[in-house]
Amino acid sequence: MATLARLQARSTFVAHQYYYRNSVVDVFRKKEYDAAVKIQSWFRGCQVRAYIRYLHRIATVIQKWWRGYSGREEYRLLVKFASCAMKMNFYNAMAVRIQRRWRGYRIRKYCFNYFYLKEYLRAVSETNDAIREALEEFAEMKEREEKKADLEREEKERDYQARKMHYLLSTKQIPGIYNSPFRKDPDPWELRLQKAKPLTSQRSKVKDKHWVSPNSWLECTSARSFPRSEVLPPIDRKQCQGPFRDITEVLEQRYKPLEPTLRVAEPINELNVAREEFRRQEWMRNVNDNMFLPFSTYHKNKKYTPLMHSSSKYGPNSYGSRHFRDENSKKWICDKDFQTVLPSFDLFSKYGKLYSKAGQII
Amino acid sequence: MSQRQVLQVFEQYQKARTQFVQMVAELATRPQNIETLQNAGVMSLLRPLLLDVVPTIQQTAALALGRLANYNDDLAEAVVKGDILPQLVYSLAEQNRFYKKAAAFVLRAVGKHSPQLAQAIVDCGALDTLVICLEDFDPGVKEAAAWALGYIARHNAELSQAVVDAGAVPLLVLCIQEPEIALKRIAASALSDISKHSPELAQTVVDAGAIAHLAQMILNPDSKLKRQVLSALSQIAKHSVDLAEMVVEAEIFPVVLTCLKDKDEYVKKNASTLIREIAKHTPELSQLIVNAGGVAAVIDCIGSCKGNIRLPGIMMLGYVAAHSENLAMAVIISKGVPQLSVCLSEEPEDHIKAAAAWALGQIGRHTPEHARAVAVTNTLPVLLSLYMSTESSEDLQVKSKKAIKNILQKCTYLPALEPFLYDAPPNILKHVVGQFSKVLPHDSKARRLFVTSGGLKKVQEIKAEPGSLLQEYINSINNCYPEEIVRYYSPGYSDTLLQRVDSYQPLTN
Repeated sequence: MATLARLQARSTFVAHQYYYRNSVVDVFRKKEYDAAVKIQSWFRGCQVRAYIRYLHRIATVIQKWWRGYSGREEYRLLVKFASCAMKMNFYNAMAVRIQRRWRGYRIRKYCFNYFYLKEYLRAVSETNDAIREALEEFAEMKEREEKKADLEREEKERDYQARKMHYLLSTKQIPGIYNSPFRKDPDPWELRLQKAKPLTSQRSKVKDKHWVSPNSWLECTSARSFPRSEVLPPIDRKQCQGPFRDITEVLEQRYKPLEPTLRVAEPINELNVAREEFRRQEWMRNVNDNMFLPFSTYHKNKKYTPLMHSSSKYGPNSYGSRHFRDENSKKWICDKDFQTVLPSFDLFSKYGKLYSKAGQII
Repeated sequence: MSQRQVLQVFEQYQKARTQFVQMVAELATRPQNIETLQNAGVMSLLRPLLLDVVPTIQQTAALALGRLANYNDDLAEAVVKGDILPQLVYSLAEQNRFYKKAAAFVLRAVGKHSPQLAQAIVDCGALDTLVICLEDFDPGVKEAAAWALGYIARHNAELSQAVVDAGAVPLLVLCIQEPEIALKRIAASALSDISKHSPELAQTVVDAGAIAHLAQMILNPDSKLKRQVLSALSQIAKHSVDLAEMVVEAEIFPVVLTCLKDKDEYVKKNASTLIREIAKHTPELSQLIVNAGGVAAVIDCIGSCKGNIRLPGIMMLGYVAAHSENLAMAVIISKGVPQLSVCLSEEPEDHIKAAAAWALGQIGRHTPEHARAVAVTNTLPVLLSLYMSTESSEDLQVKSKKAIKNILQKCTYLPALEPFLYDAPPNILKHVVGQFSKVLPHDSKARRLFVTSGGLKKVQEIKAEPGSLLQEYINSINNCYPEEIVRYYSPGYSDTLLQRVDSYQPLTN
């Protein structure tokens, strides 16, 4: 119990001491605690920082690798595209070269062939020259022909004149007007007159001489009764002086159409002609040329000629007239004649009873 | 005795009638008598004589009527109104050939004046009888009938159709084959009148086989016949490509070219009309003509005649050149351009000048070579003067303007363009300056020539609105030259220089 009392007396001291020592420690405790906390926090911080640094480093490495990888991929793509583009450009350039050549060739050969055009134009100009020459020749030929025709016409004209003036030819006694004795040579007309044949008076022929038969009296009338010319005689022509008849009367009388009598109008052998005609018709039509003579008296003296067939010495054959069937009695099978009544025939009696049984209904 | 006296009375009357009708027929040949005759009432007197017993009087009366109706259309109307036509038509069918000729002459004389009179003839049924006359043996009757039908068909398409419906065309084609020249002429002229109105009528004529016979007759020496034949063929060919091809298939080339050298002017004209009608349809037909040497022949023909005869030839050249540039080049090498420019300057008539201007425009509009070929012959100033002159007709002005425009747009031949700088109106000047602006940047010699000939100076003097096409062209020309030259030639440069001289203070040391 003493210790207890001592302890209890010392308890407050102990308590105070205990409190005092704890509180002293407490004073430093906070400090020391703070210090320790600081040291620890700093150390933890270092740790964490080191860890973070480490993480950063590792992440940087990974990212670096990743970036390099993706960059290289991109670069590869770029290179691929660039090389593709380069190839395409190259191909295009080559294709353009080919197309250029081909287009030029096509245009030159098919669309516009310059040399062909030049050839064509040259050929055209050659044809033109040829045509021009040909046409010149043709025109010249025409000229020449015309001139020739003119000359011939003139020649004919002069010839005709010479023929008309034939009487002006010089004779032995009288020199003609073209053969004057004071001239050295006779005039060319003189020579022409010598060559020309004298003109006969009835030279002019009727131009359109259409023969009109007297049968077509209407045309006859118009052609002959009044002579039609393009130009009618002048109206106010005075009557010729003298005992002349009126011109129209004269012409009327002169060109009076033929009015033949019936005897004259028909041909003289008219009867014979008609008979001939009739005979010709009959000969054409008739079968038998002999004239039909009706009565037997006309044939009295004619001998009858029988048919050879019926008048042979072997006698007429009764076959064909008396009987029409050949009768050879030796060949007869039985002595009965044909029946004139036909028996009925059985159409269906043989049905199903033929030799072969094929196809039959049993 | 008394019988003779009675007969004498009749004979006297007949004589009197004959004399009257013959005198009237003769008087009617002179135009101065016809008025008097008309006032004296000759129509009403002639009409009963048509029904006279004596055939000669009938014929002469018909002849007199025909001559009267031929003179003018009042008398022809009087013939129609006097109901003479039915009688004529009726007796046409029955009488002899002299009467038929006279009656056909009357019908022709009435039908030629106007479509109404021709319609009156058709209405009284004359066409059938005329067609029957075409089958007659006498060539004179056929000729008169064909002539009448031709004059009726000439007026318009309905009358032509009526003639065709009456069955005239095959008979006309038969008439063409007859040996008489006059009949051939008239039949060809009738076919030409029928086929000129429409393609169907031309097809009818072609179906009757006319082309082969017409083509054979081109070789005939008679020039009037050739006129009609060529006219008929050109009326057929003008309507469509098929008809033109059928005419060409009849092998008319190169025979037709000899007709271009004929003495007769109208043969030349009709031949060049035919060639023109063929050439205008397609480039192939034009090519055919060029290959046959037709262009040279036509150019020679143009050179050898004057006036309206030249016109179809000029138009033919224009049509050929219009189709394609190769054909235009063919025209150029056949020496067509000098001939056309001669026509342009020589001819007095405006429509021929207009045609020549059009043809030149068609030749020159294709490529620079063509334009150069036209410009070298110095025609552009002529065209310009025609365009600017107030005396030219509107058609001529329009055509020459178009020709100038077309040629200028392709012309790179600068010596010909230079005169245009001086006296062209603004709308043409624009094109000229445009051409210069296209050529000068590439050609140094041309630039030098441009400066030395004073063209640059003139260009500076042109006033143009800023922003307009002309200003752009002027700018592009100015850009071809160094700055000093442009400034040197700009107007008023000497004044500015003098001003600078005035304002210059010399340095006095």
